[in-house]
Amino acid sequence: MANIENSAGKPDAGLVRKGLTEALFAAVLSFGMFVLYVGLKTDQNINNELIIVQRWGLLAIFVAVAAIGRFAMVVFIKPNIDRRKLSKAREGELDISTEKGFFRRHFLKISLIALLLYPVVIVALVGAQGSLKWVDNFGIQILIYVMLAWGLNIVVGLAGLLDLGYVAFYAVGAYSYALLSSYFGFSFWVLLPLSGIFAALWGVILGFPVLRLRGDYLAIVTLAFGEIIRLVLINWTDVTKGTFGISSIPKATLFGIPFDASAGGFAKLFHLPMSSAYYKIFLFYLILALCMLTAYVTIRLRRMPIGRAWEALREDEIACRSLGINTVTTKLTAFATGAMFGGFAGSFFAARQGFVSPESFVFLESAVILAIVVLGGMGSLTGIAIAAIVMVGGTEALREMDFLKAVFGPDFTPELYRMLLFGLAMVVVMLFKPRGFVGSREPTAFLKERRAISGSFIKEGHG
Amino acid sequence: MSPVTNTMSSDTLLKVEHLSMKFGGLMAINDFSFEAKRGDITALIGPNGAGKTTVFNCITGFYKPTMGMITLNQKSGKQYLLERLPDFRITKEARVARTFQNIRLFSGLTVLENLLVAQHNKLMKASGYTILGLIGVGPYKREAAGAIELARFWLEKADLIDRADDPAGDLPYGAQRRLEIARAMCTDPELLCLDEPAAGLNPRESATLNALLQNIRAETGTSILLIEHDMSVVMEISDHVVVLEYGQKISDGTPDHVRNDPKVIAAYLGVEDEEVEEVIATVEQLEGGAN
Repeated sequence: MANIENSAGKPDAGLVRKGLTEALFAAVLSFGMFVLYVGLKTDQNINNELIIVQRWGLLAIFVAVAAIGRFAMVVFIKPNIDRRKLSKAREGELDISTEKGFFRRHFLKISLIALLLYPVVIVALVGAQGSLKWVDNFGIQILIYVMLAWGLNIVVGLAGLLDLGYVAFYAVGAYSYALLSSYFGFSFWVLLPLSGIFAALWGVILGFPVLRLRGDYLAIVTLAFGEIIRLVLINWTDVTKGTFGISSIPKATLFGIPFDASAGGFAKLFHLPMSSAYYKIFLFYLILALCMLTAYVTIRLRRMPIGRAWEALREDEIACRSLGINTVTTKLTAFATGAMFGGFAGSFFAARQGFVSPESFVFLESAVILAIVVLGGMGSLTGIAIAAIVMVGGTEALREMDFLKAVFGPDFTPELYRMLLFGLAMVVVMLFKPRGFVGSREPTAFLKERRAISGSFIKEGHG
Repeated sequence: MSPVTNTMSSDTLLKVEHLSMKFGGLMAINDFSFEAKRGDITALIGPNGAGKTTVFNCITGFYKPTMGMITLNQKSGKQYLLERLPDFRITKEARVARTFQNIRLFSGLTVLENLLVAQHNKLMKASGYTILGLIGVGPYKREAAGAIELARFWLEKADLIDRADDPAGDLPYGAQRRLEIARAMCTDPELLCLDEPAAGLNPRESATLNALLQNIRAETGTSILLIEHDMSVVMEISDHVVVLEYGQKISDGTPDHVRNDPKVIAAYLGVEDEEVEEVIATVEQLEGGAN
């Protein structure tokens, strides 16, 4: 890169010429890609005839964005990044040697405090009624996915077993709560651990036949397992009411205090005005506590022999066997532990919705949870939490973007583009951070100092 | 499997009898028998493709032999029939540890963690199969500290103590070989099986390896069974050499005996066409003399 030196002031002519050629190339490429999708559109006219609508203006915008973006990238952004790297290298500053700032050092404590204060702040800002959306859609929804992704992380991130049917355990947890509470009237606090145990049991049942399989074969069988559970839920109509789902599932209570309008209800008992916000805030703290439990258990397990055996299994299964580790039970415990947290999350989900149907447990959910784990960086709790906030929060935020209708016309529904956003985020993150947001691994034991292990040494597992 | 009754002399650690291994139509090992004595370093040598690693895989349970019996006689008097045990129980109960020809470390785990994984079974028991350890009850904390001390002991022996907190994948090749041996020793074995431990090492590293192996035997009394091509290692440290060619034993004895055995020389160096008759005659003569 000869032009790094003299590009400090104005970009030189050679660089501009290079930028222009690359911009032209990008323009041609994007024209070729979009001409049929954006430039031409098939539509029906008033006589129900198929016609072609030409949208050259929109196509021109697409092409111009590509060309200008590429030009800016080549002429301004790239030299800038190179220059910054060079000056850093000159000062002998390495990424690992820089002292972390206050925020980065206390990141976990700060984020936990922020989460604890979140509902209070929201209620103070927008009032009890306005807080519903923020606490429920953004808070609880994201935390459910955080918990699911942390649960799946035990199977995929630590033990390296690719599980594409994780949503099955979520379904087992949700239906355990829904069925046992509506048929037998058990309370939420009894059924929460029970749902986890049932899901863990199913984890073992799934684990047994698939233990011999590895890689792609394992992924396909787990995928099939997820579908089997869903199809059973749809077709076993006597018990599960099929696609109608189970409705009016009892709500969770705060140590026996229900959240309703009765005399013994939460609002009356504390002489507060009646509002559904209390229940949502209670659910927020409940799922936060469940998430913390998941994180605590994961962190503790990683430092125990079983957690190390999971990670060793991900690195090299044959070496594990040569060290006297029973890989069968080790894999089963990973499946069962991951499934248990899925079951907890499922029973919480049922209590929150008050309604479950097989539609909530489609393969797409498994894919989303897995995408969060991969984006976050397999094995890293912090990275996965960030990925969940970005992905789930991002899709929820799309619903709020009504102003986009002004840009793209009144039939534009932003939430339909959430899969596009997922794909885009995947591509971008994998380009710049192929190991996910947090690609490094914290060792579980050390003699002198704890140093993070670069992602390049860590294997993804193969079975 | 329960220990069987004692039928062999107490100084025989490993007894392989009539071992045969067939892969489809290929007879990889054909009626192979040998014994390894307690406290000895036994070397298994032979040209490429002779079936040495297959023998190892049979002993350590990675293959189930087609025929034959492999008996391990522990110091305590317990006997194990290795061909009937699954691989992980051979390490866990019969106390046979192994290394691999192509190094198999947990590259994303630190050097110290590699040694802790090797102490899995001991720590699992101490942590009450995770449950007691998770709630902080029981001897897990003390045992975990003990495990780190044992790891430190072996790191010092293998001269890796300065790299303890580095990822295992980051170590140079020679150090990875030593780490694999240290990891196998952390399982507290009675028999250590090393598959080409000196492969890819330079002469100085080979000398260090020799010292490490002799030190292991002297201090822990662990017997060693090794496959090796590097004759400087084999001849210098082994007490007993077994030579394998095309799945059959062609020689068995002290390093000096094996070195001068015409069959071994023929197997390793090959012979000119016109000398074949002569060699066969010598061999037949020798065999006749032996019988």
